[in-house]
Amino acid sequence: MNWTIVAPSTQPNPALWKRLLDSRFMPPVFITLILLLGNLSFGILESYQKTLLAIVTSITGELILGRIFLKKWPHPASAYITGISVGILLRSPAYWTYALCAALSITSKYALRFRNRHIWNPSNFGICAMLFLASDSVAGLSIQWGNNFASLIVIWVLGSIIVWRAHRFHITATYVASFIALSFLRAWITGDPWQSEIAPITGPMYQLFIFFMITDPKTTVRTRAGQCAVAFSIAVVEFFMRLGSSVYAPLYALFWVGPTALFIEMWLDSRRARTIPAAVSGPQPAHP
Amino acid sequence: MKRIPIARIVLTIVFIAMLATPALMRRLSSQRGKPAAAQTDCAAALARYGFCFQEVSHQAGINFVHEAPILDSKLDGIMPEVASMGASVSIVDFDRDGWPDIYVTNSRIGSLNHLYRNNHDGTFTDVAKEMGIADVNQPGTGVSMGAVWGDYDNDGYEDLYLIKWGRPELFHNDGGKHFTRVTDAAGLPPWINANSALWLDYDGDGKLDLFVAGYYPENVDLWHLKNTRMMPESFEYAKNGGRKYLFHNLGNGRFEEVSAKAGIDSRRWALASAAADLRGAGYPDLFVANDYGVSELYLNDHGHFREAGQETGVGFAPKSGMNAAFGDIFNQGKYSVYVSNISEEGVLIQGNNLWVPQEGKGLHYANLARDLGVELGGWSFGAQFGDLNNDGTLDLFLENGYISLSRTRSYWYDFSKVAGGNSSIISDASHWPAFDGRSLSGYQQKKVWINDGAGKFEDVAQAVGVTDLYDGRAVALADLWNTGVLDAVVANQRGPLLIYKNSVALGNDWIEFDLEGTKSNRSAIGAQVTLFWNGQQQVQSVAGGNGFASENDRRLHFGLGKNPQLDKAVIRWPSGTMQTLDHLTPNQLVHVKEPS
Repeated sequence: MNWTIVAPSTQPNPALWKRLLDSRFMPPVFITLILLLGNLSFGILESYQKTLLAIVTSITGELILGRIFLKKWPHPASAYITGISVGILLRSPAYWTYALCAALSITSKYALRFRNRHIWNPSNFGICAMLFLASDSVAGLSIQWGNNFASLIVIWVLGSIIVWRAHRFHITATYVASFIALSFLRAWITGDPWQSEIAPITGPMYQLFIFFMITDPKTTVRTRAGQCAVAFSIAVVEFFMRLGSSVYAPLYALFWVGPTALFIEMWLDSRRARTIPAAVSGPQPAHP
Repeated sequence: MKRIPIARIVLTIVFIAMLATPALMRRLSSQRGKPAAAQTDCAAALARYGFCFQEVSHQAGINFVHEAPILDSKLDGIMPEVASMGASVSIVDFDRDGWPDIYVTNSRIGSLNHLYRNNHDGTFTDVAKEMGIADVNQPGTGVSMGAVWGDYDNDGYEDLYLIKWGRPELFHNDGGKHFTRVTDAAGLPPWINANSALWLDYDGDGKLDLFVAGYYPENVDLWHLKNTRMMPESFEYAKNGGRKYLFHNLGNGRFEEVSAKAGIDSRRWALASAAADLRGAGYPDLFVANDYGVSELYLNDHGHFREAGQETGVGFAPKSGMNAAFGDIFNQGKYSVYVSNISEEGVLIQGNNLWVPQEGKGLHYANLARDLGVELGGWSFGAQFGDLNNDGTLDLFLENGYISLSRTRSYWYDFSKVAGGNSSIISDASHWPAFDGRSLSGYQQKKVWINDGAGKFEDVAQAVGVTDLYDGRAVALADLWNTGVLDAVVANQRGPLLIYKNSVALGNDWIEFDLEGTKSNRSAIGAQVTLFWNGQQQVQSVAGGNGFASENDRRLHFGLGKNPQLDKAVIRWPSGTMQTLDHLTPNQLVHVKEPS
């Protein structure tokens, strides 16, 4: 997760609460709330130190790399979200895994770029890389949660408000609807209880996945229809991965579908860019 | 040609280096914690590690194979999971002949428990039937999950408390000749679904009390389920398990349940418990390892308990506690606590916990399992500390392996998808996909970690002959043949009872203590021996049950290393009496009676 921070309101002197509700602060505040509520009530974190290590690594990496490659000090909020996401989603008894995952996540934004755009959601990349490469030392957040409805509803309500305000609720809604529909299809195919197929989306990993990862503006396509199509595609790829018993199917599905969608969008953009100048170049005088 | 900035080249190199880091870390850790030798060469093991095990159950006349419970047919789909416990082993000298005997439980309705009497010649004979403690898994009474021994009436003979999913049973030992069922007279409740219990004298009155830790709620009859909503409500935060019982010994063969009065109130899913005086306060504290949740540590203030898990650091991060064992691993006169959990590569890395007491004010623990190299043990169950090579430091023997069925198909995916779900899904067994013969962390290699005395443990299981791949549950350590070495007895779920006979290289000395209380309980449970030698000290205490579903030899075994200079042994009896033994010589069993 690495939510892009939208520019602040341009209205003069907005009230403090309005500024806090501004989308620049909402995602970090929300994810911090999840962290604190989850940890104070259920102790979801391996430890505060490990999460802090991930946050510090993430912000430090962002500041250094941003300064070097963007020639400016980037706003630390999105790196903060990446770090805190790593702290929540990664499970490992070792400290180095948190630092490495956060560093990989942030570095991927600068190292894996195409047409000046980073193509993987940073924390999705970092966590998947760790699951691929360090499976003996790490696991993803899957069962370390209170399993009760109260925490689930709080997160869903708050998360829905956040993504609604960010105009990305349709992504979450499309994914959730697709997941549920495909769960019943999977239950029909496998013969397993449908409750067991629905179960994952009631678990902790999905709360962060559906509100933060798949909705990340920087790594999703531009059009509303395209975003819905990508969300549906992620659910479909996940569906097949789940039939293949992949424990981290949603993370892996996003890992493959997200960049693919961006590549397709960029390819379509370049085609359009070639076509439009050709179509309009005839009667126009050539620019110097 | 477009010029690539140096910064971008450096970034790419750094990025690739980061991607390669896990492989590097794996290489480093495999060099450090690589299981020694894939094949057993006893001579080489003796030369290199100072000991070697040989599995001798058949030669010893023991051909016991555990039978798992078969519960209500509503649970058929996940029967391997819900019926995954019951194999246990406890060591007792039930006839006071000076030789350890072995009691093992069976868990299918109608199956028999076995009491193997030590024949003093390397063999054992099952005498459970004639002693009256074999046919204890009758229909309608549930099945055995474990056994703990303690002389509750101070008549000199160890009595038996049978831990069950079902009707708990207390058997009085009639002079080593027979056992008499005294459950009803003792006032025990009609049904407890427990996997852990221990004897302790929690109030120091000289009579053994009994702690019983429920797993499933006590109103659940697993053979006649009203419904399938009997699973934990959460994988790591469940509080809908069985209640805890503290039976205060009234002294006339009767017990009074006093848990609430004594400050114990928990419905976590307990799987293991152990008691020792962790603070030197003169009363045994109680450590409870809970499945599906945090561990609990009950500090004992003059007979009243106070749960201090979070305060002491052991009760914060929830895991799947399945073992509780104490060991003075640094020879500093302080107990560390080993709690086993689950680790499955790429799915769930809880890691086992080695809680080591920290210097400073009050009792506080830090988990040093990773630092010391005893963190990853697969789906771990029972573990025991003991000096296996008599080098003067405590080693660690760990059993593991959950469900070994198919060698190619795993249930982990289905397990993880339900276990993370909402409580209404996870708590109902009918929502769990069927096992269909799949394994769940099966066929795992056991761990025998030897302590180098300098802060590291090394796994030598394969090299020293512990090569079985059964679904290990309980392990008990005992000097079965009175040779001054610790042998290991392993109970496997749906598998054979294994006797690992230990051979220790010549040169390392030992000493053992056999304690008998007078003012204190006669079993001397809770008595603590601190041995001083070669400028170091090691503390051990007599336990009435520890590990997972197990009880070690009552006698305390100390390895001494080469040419030891024994200073003294200080015994603190549960009554508070202090006794110092001087002029000790190595390689002997010292019988000590509490001064009256």
